[in-house]
Amino acid sequence: MNAPASEPFLWKRPHLLGLEDLSSAELLAILDTARALKEVSTRSIKKVPALRGKVVVNLFFEDSTRTRTSFRLAAQRMSADVIDFSVSTSSVSKGETLSDTARNLEAMGVDAIVIRHRSSGAPHALARMVRCSVINAGDGSHEHPTQGLLDLFTIRETFEPRGKTFSDLHVAIVGDVAHSRVARSNLWALVHLGAKVTLVGPTTLCPDEFARFGVKVSHSLDDVLPAVDVLNILRVQFERIASAAFPSIREYSRFFGLDESRLRRCRPTVLVLHPGPMNRGLEITTAVADGPRSAILQQVSNGLAVRMAVLYLCIGAGSFNAATAPYLEKRLSLSDDEARGPQ
Amino acid sequence: MRSITAEDDGSTHNARHAPSPSAHTAFILIAMNPAQLLLINGTLLDPARERPESVDLLIEDGRIAARGPGLRAQAPAATILDAAGGYVAPGLIDMHVHFREPGQEQKETIASGSAAAAAGGFTSVCCMPNTTPAIDSDAQVEFVLTQAARANLCDVLPFGAITKAREGRELAELMLMSEAGAIGFSDDGAGVGSAAVMLKALQYVKMFDGLLSQHCEEPALSGGVMNAGAIALRLGLGGAAPVAEELMIARDLLLNRRINARYHVQHISTAGAVELVRQAKKSGHRVTSEVTPHHLLLTDESCGSYDSNFKVNPPLRGAADVLACVGGVVDGTIDCLATDHAPHTREEKELEFDKAPFGVVGLETALPLYAEALVHSGRLTWLELIRKMTANPARILRLGDRGSLSPGLRGDVVVFDSELRWRVDPQKFHSKGRNTPFAGRIVKGAVRYSIRAGRVVYQRPAGKETVEIPAPPGRSSDKER
Repeated sequence: MNAPASEPFLWKRPHLLGLEDLSSAELLAILDTARALKEVSTRSIKKVPALRGKVVVNLFFEDSTRTRTSFRLAAQRMSADVIDFSVSTSSVSKGETLSDTARNLEAMGVDAIVIRHRSSGAPHALARMVRCSVINAGDGSHEHPTQGLLDLFTIRETFEPRGKTFSDLHVAIVGDVAHSRVARSNLWALVHLGAKVTLVGPTTLCPDEFARFGVKVSHSLDDVLPAVDVLNILRVQFERIASAAFPSIREYSRFFGLDESRLRRCRPTVLVLHPGPMNRGLEITTAVADGPRSAILQQVSNGLAVRMAVLYLCIGAGSFNAATAPYLEKRLSLSDDEARGPQ
Repeated sequence: MRSITAEDDGSTHNARHAPSPSAHTAFILIAMNPAQLLLINGTLLDPARERPESVDLLIEDGRIAARGPGLRAQAPAATILDAAGGYVAPGLIDMHVHFREPGQEQKETIASGSAAAAAGGFTSVCCMPNTTPAIDSDAQVEFVLTQAARANLCDVLPFGAITKAREGRELAELMLMSEAGAIGFSDDGAGVGSAAVMLKALQYVKMFDGLLSQHCEEPALSGGVMNAGAIALRLGLGGAAPVAEELMIARDLLLNRRINARYHVQHISTAGAVELVRQAKKSGHRVTSEVTPHHLLLTDESCGSYDSNFKVNPPLRGAADVLACVGGVVDGTIDCLATDHAPHTREEKELEFDKAPFGVVGLETALPLYAEALVHSGRLTWLELIRKMTANPARILRLGDRGSLSPGLRGDVVVFDSELRWRVDPQKFHSKGRNTPFAGRIVKGAVRYSIRAGRVVYQRPAGKETVEIPAPPGRSSDKER
């Protein structure tokens, strides 16, 4: 038996709890897998049987239409069965804990739980309680790994054709960094992949302590604009800001909002991202959000591919210990007829 | 003369057998209440003395009667307890526990808490009034004392609330509670937020020289679930800044400057707080303070796994704060070593980190953990450590009848083996609470006997002495940190 010239990458994680612990090889493996899977969404029949017979539960303790829909569609395109399990947080009394819900779901024999929760660390607690895969779809102010991945995917898709890799890029993450799980996932992934990262926001929402994590912190958006390749504009999360961290919306958008005049001071190739939903006119103006530098809708389509990749890697048959790429190729080469399954 | 061999089946609080007259018959000491108890072959750690002494200690009718070599001749009829290889110290005193009764008996009762205290070597503890309802009246104080007398394993000295229902608005009936036996006052769980109310409380207790113990946390800055800083930022958890603790200490010190009431800082946790107390003591303020084992051994890094057994209030701080607290203990800024024993149910601690209640249990692990932080690390001698767990809290609480081994004082004694290693197993706790951040840790130092007023209230199960702990795979660094 001949060993291959380079070892194929082995994905070994059952869970995706955050991007902080992932290596650059793991991050790139997800992005590569997502690139292969993105093509599925362009077919006339948008379905492959890669996760046929698998059960994915969307366990959302916090409202989210787009992330939930994206995960649902991602699982369905891979032929998994999807259960939507909504828990309004108000009804989770002391008697109905996360652990009860999780154990009940597991008893039904699910393969993956996709969890959105308003408490940081809830997916980590869940992963300790159950044997199935746990995919973090956003936990409190901690991480939102698939959002981070889709941002990376969009950045890569934009800059790779221009011959740039992550280590050539300077990304600014702008706004309410302290309360943003999107910011944290982006921060870790970009740092792991060698990008230069600057966090921008008022001191009350973008504390200098972040500098410990290998990024720059700035409190002046205008200073940062000319130097960056990517502007990731965060949503101002009124629901997570305990007490007013800035005096008024007017003042915030004057100093930290992205409008056309600010955009003109950026490099002409600058890429504008926003995780949505947008507060139009607050952190980003409509002209910028819907303008040519914006990749906001591209992000949404890429989210689907990234979530398909994550589900595939975490619960796809044999994915734990087998090299995924050849297997994936084989699965994707199935004809549309086969993909449709027995009729 | 009768001699005793310890043997126990793990049950600790019920006499199974009457003392046997036969010299070599094994029996259980628990609940035995001999008129004379003679501890031989041990090394006395007496805070009233300068150094350890290898002499006998005689307890008679519940009080320390004599100390010296060869007391057997003097008390030929005494029941003998062999303390060979062990230290003999005054029963430990913990200024800060939560026994949850009334109202939260699922977490702890005064009886289960007393059993935990006895197992940890404590013969006197002060229970905090954040029960349901709060202990804020003389009737409530009497209830605690009654329940403690029923359990009869440990002196449970109730703190009364400073304000009615611990709401921070109106003074509770402080003098009535004092008359009923409250040893001090605290709104623990929260600080008294209003400077006006705190000023009044200080003035009022000055009238009868009462003790005010403050949970120092400025309410306007509260709401965090762990220490503010880089780790909280990384984890996306709300931070409690050290300044919230320091602000209230500074405020109280200023308020108390002219009043000069007895003022005690509970569970001090930040470098800045230690420095405030240090400077205040230097300039003659009347202030004392306590610390907990977890604030001397753990940092906020431990919260990284979102395990709520590391969620305490005040939160685990940074490494510099830990060093400052250890330094504060060593130089006497921090007078005494408490536990803030705070039992919770498993369901509560299984909640998400931000929703789980604050607190960890501590009574049954305090002695070896303090030894780890202060004695095994070479910062204090055993005698100095024991002083901070006995004589110093006795002085702050004005318990003149305990805290040393001088003849005439109460026969409260702990016998422990300083070198015995054991693994912390929460399932073996006497407390109802299993919420410890030290589960699985190998610690050194184990209580052999707890004696309260001449009566043996705890005796280590026989098996525990022979536990040889092999380092398990992957956990070899367990005991050092």
